[in-house]
Amino acid sequence: MCGIVGLYLKNPALENQLGALFEPMLLAMTDRGPDSAGFAIYGDEVKDGWIKLTLQSTEAGYDFKVLMGELEGRLGCSLDWFQNASAAVLKTNAEEAAVRAVIAELAPAVRVMSVGQSIEILKGMGLPKEISERFSLAKMKGSHIIGHTRMATESAVTMEGSHPFSTGQDLCLVHNGSLSNHFRLRQELRRHGIEFETENDTEVAAGYLTWRLRQGDSLKEALDHSLEDLDGFFTFAIGTRDGFAVIRDPIACKPAILAETDDYVAMASEYQALSTLPGIDKAKVWEPEPATMYIWERSA
Amino acid sequence: MKTIDLSSATVRDLNQALHDQTKTLTEREWVVSNPGGKHNLAVGLNEALSVEIDGHAGYYCAGMNQKASVTIHGNVGVGVAENMMSGMVRIKGSASQAAGATAHGGLLVIEGDAGARCGISMKGVDIVVGGSIGHMSCFMGQAGRLVVCGDAGDALGDSLYETRIYVKGTVKSLGSDCMEKDMRPEHLEELAELLNRAGFDEDPASFKRYGSARQLYNFKVDNASAY
Repeated sequence: MCGIVGLYLKNPALENQLGALFEPMLLAMTDRGPDSAGFAIYGDEVKDGWIKLTLQSTEAGYDFKVLMGELEGRLGCSLDWFQNASAAVLKTNAEEAAVRAVIAELAPAVRVMSVGQSIEILKGMGLPKEISERFSLAKMKGSHIIGHTRMATESAVTMEGSHPFSTGQDLCLVHNGSLSNHFRLRQELRRHGIEFETENDTEVAAGYLTWRLRQGDSLKEALDHSLEDLDGFFTFAIGTRDGFAVIRDPIACKPAILAETDDYVAMASEYQALSTLPGIDKAKVWEPEPATMYIWERSA
Repeated sequence: MKTIDLSSATVRDLNQALHDQTKTLTEREWVVSNPGGKHNLAVGLNEALSVEIDGHAGYYCAGMNQKASVTIHGNVGVGVAENMMSGMVRIKGSASQAAGATAHGGLLVIEGDAGARCGISMKGVDIVVGGSIGHMSCFMGQAGRLVVCGDAGDALGDSLYETRIYVKGTVKSLGSDCMEKDMRPEHLEELAELLNRAGFDEDPASFKRYGSARQLYNFKVDNASAY
């Protein structure tokens, strides 16, 4: 199973309430995914030339302070960071590759959840309620957010196996469904230099999109290719810096529902996750067509 | 008339109250308020009740219905009226996939659109859709009638047995062993009756009929090498 939810605000006046509007959507999908949960929130953008990384450690109670000091010293960069429960959000003017290299050398248990100017991916094992409380989701601000509640079928329940998965700077993926060709595809993508940390099928889909985007595909082209190359069931929600996209496989067994008002666009696996949104009674509500891409992005 | 408000009562409270009417009938008319997209509303009814659901419902709404008349003033999720035996289910909005799956009898009316696999393995139910239906609809349909006032998606009537399908708009593609058939007077007559019962003001003569080509009924020895 698994539940996926997304909320994109068209009305900037609601940005202070993004977390509060989104939290009940995520919690409504607890029945579909009680194993683990996560979300990717977009907001609090860093300026050009800077990047923001979200880090989590596989060691419980890991202290990020030493690592941050080492990063600053070794890279000679400006660095600003804060801790949000088990995660650390790091803002720096260093290069992504340089930061990753230092982390890999000094703190192999630390995982980079997301990199970009806007995105923060926060996720972990446990009920959606535990995850949303751990990271104070209800107080978060931003322009858009996608989330996931997991009922694992293809691989172990771990923090790293939780969704969303990063697919590049400011890009991420959540998935409801299962892929049947992930083993072979993972081998193929490894030959193209894509690295994997888990046995998870969605990580392969994320790696696939990362690879296509590196090949020069637009997001739309990458998703078009995914319809040909990914075998299995999927409803995907893809977060981008400026918005989000939704696509279902051609058979469309996995559910999805979309709602739009003047204030927002929302998606969920089931309508009950949308029922707490303001003005939902008058929203345009519809089911996305199979093998059809739906993209909402704010113009720059 | 009795109202059950699902912002305070549970789905189990609702279904139990409706099932209790089979033992001792005290109230025929029911209203369900604040359904909030919850699943399994008004399932397994077995009495001639009238149930009005005032909003959107989730999965399997009015499943296994017998005798009751259930109206949903909103959209419904997967598998509305699945395995219905008799009675009537009317959706004022649109339905998700597998509407009327395996249903044996009764009338299912969807005033909006229906998603994929509408009427999958239908076994005697009549389904009338005011809008369009999605792909693989009426897959393995065995008996009953499916009427579509809009368009049909890919692979309509794949592996069809004896369900009769009437479509007014375009059919994106026909599934294996489904073919267009002549509209004879008895078909116009049954279609007019179905449209009338569903409350749609459409001209039966503007529909086309589709049915089984009956080529998959028996194993063909020439195909043995494929297995």
